[in-house]
Amino acid sequence: MSVDIASHPSFVVSEVEPLELVSLRAREHILRMAARGGCFAGAALSCVDLLVHLYARVLRTTPATPHDPDRDYLLLSKGHAVPALYATLAEFGFFDPQELRFHLSADRSIYWHPSPTVPGVEFHSGSLGHGLAVGLGIALDMRIRRSPNRVFVVVGDGELNEGSVWEAALIAAAQKLDNLIVVVDRNGLQANAPTEKLVPLEPLTDKLAAFGWSTLVTHGHDFDALESAFARLPLSPGRPTAIIAKTVRGMGIPSLQGRAEAWFVDLDAAELERLLSELGDSRLGRFRS
Amino acid sequence: MSASLYEKTLAAEAAHRADIVVLTAENRAHIRSLPELLGDRFVDVGIAEQTLVGAAAGLALRGRTPVVHALAPFLTMRAFEFIRTDVGLPGLPVKFVGFIPGLLSEANGPTHQALEDVALMRTIPGMTVLCPADEQETSEALVAALRSPGPCYLRYNPRPARVPHHEPFLIGRAEVLRRGSDVALVAYGPLVAEAYEAALLLAAEGISARVLDLRTVNPIDERALLAAAQETRLLVTVEDHFARGGLRSALAELLVERRIAADVLTIAFEERWFRPLHLGALLEAEGLTPEAIASRARSRLAHRTEPGRTASSREATASSH
Repeated sequence: MSVDIASHPSFVVSEVEPLELVSLRAREHILRMAARGGCFAGAALSCVDLLVHLYARVLRTTPATPHDPDRDYLLLSKGHAVPALYATLAEFGFFDPQELRFHLSADRSIYWHPSPTVPGVEFHSGSLGHGLAVGLGIALDMRIRRSPNRVFVVVGDGELNEGSVWEAALIAAAQKLDNLIVVVDRNGLQANAPTEKLVPLEPLTDKLAAFGWSTLVTHGHDFDALESAFARLPLSPGRPTAIIAKTVRGMGIPSLQGRAEAWFVDLDAAELERLLSELGDSRLGRFRS
Repeated sequence: MSASLYEKTLAAEAAHRADIVVLTAENRAHIRSLPELLGDRFVDVGIAEQTLVGAAAGLALRGRTPVVHALAPFLTMRAFEFIRTDVGLPGLPVKFVGFIPGLLSEANGPTHQALEDVALMRTIPGMTVLCPADEQETSEALVAALRSPGPCYLRYNPRPARVPHHEPFLIGRAEVLRRGSDVALVAYGPLVAEAYEAALLLAAEGISARVLDLRTVNPIDERALLAAAQETRLLVTVEDHFARGGLRSALAELLVERRIAADVLTIAFEERWFRPLHLGALLEAEGLTPEAIASRARSRLAHRTEPGRTASSREATASSH
């Protein structure tokens, strides 16, 4: 069943509100979802600042015209991080944040991976290694239409184990799709182990560059760094762009932060209160790594 | 080499439909003229079936109707999860065309033998599975696929027509190539011709043989199959596919659901791949010539009409061999 929230009030974030405050609220949403049946909170907290920055400052898309063909697309290829996407979409007015209380409710579609029945979600995901291929198809259509729009695909670093990512990366370069931007949520941890211990990715920028991509490394929790990273796209004409955002699993919640086991998080009421107070205690400065 | 009928049809459709984009994983033999005709609406991703399918989904999300070409085994198996998840789940209008399916892989060997593609594709909710009998039907199937709203899988078949077609190609409708009341041969794809010629041989001996050119395996023509089950003494399924999961299975599912007992002779590959040979030699070696098919149908009919056996065998459903 689709989420019937067409008539939601506008929650559009103020132009002048610091994104750190938006991120704080988004993190609270994520923790509350973790307390309503659990969710992949570690992954969500890792990429939530990226999503907040993209929706606030980069993406040419608005909740008022979510189906405008002349819009930028964001695909969350690491679908399990969906609490970050839902929290961000809610904060930017795609739907009422109150809807998030229906996480895992039988009459909603807010579950552990993205559902396109939720306003603002462009495509379902969950099976890793699909987003870049789908994004490549969207980018091809934009090129046929001579559209100036872009496709942003957020992938996890663990997801880079999937061969289909590299297959699509080769082809995106072959097709010279400079309207395609991959954002790597580089938190260094996959489900059970550090990426560098299981299947080492480094030197990651060299790999992507060798595949024909323009690359840039930035800090995924620092809005000033993100501002300059995304300021000028594509990084070079005729090439797809990869932004490798260094992040931290569980960022913003000291007892989750950087911990491999903080992947899927299922909180009881007391734990939620404790983590919310950790979030409240944290100063904005903590979000700058 | 001049353009195939399929190629001409696709070019004509694409000429008046800007939504059509043609994709391939470096399978161009049957679409050589299209890159020049279509410009940036033709995309060759190279030998990469997963990206091929994912990109087709992305294009379809933007309102395009992608026609996607690759070798049938690699398209339907290597990229199966992409087809199921990126195209099947949202029901996007992507038209998959599998080259050299089934017997048409000829001497390539088991790596290239798509003998489970029909089974796999028909498990995907909403996936139309088209298995044309020849070049003419392949062209008509393409047109039907392009006019249908959802995802389709088309088993490409460039063999020249050897049977007389009288009925227009409609999705979900079998064509009755021949009427008959003793036995009904049900076939799809390249073996429709062999089944039809087998029926002619049986008819010459006084056995009244019906022939159904199934055309579509999903949705299947239930009415034509049920009529054949109830109006003849024996159903013979003929397919270049594993016995499990294709027409034989679809028929068995239908008969069980409708609680209909019927005698069924399965002609398909039972848990093995076929010998890699040119098509003519292959049909001989695998017992798929009209003579071999007629012979198996004849002996099954003789067996089941032995005195005293009719009633009991009538109650047995979907036996094989």
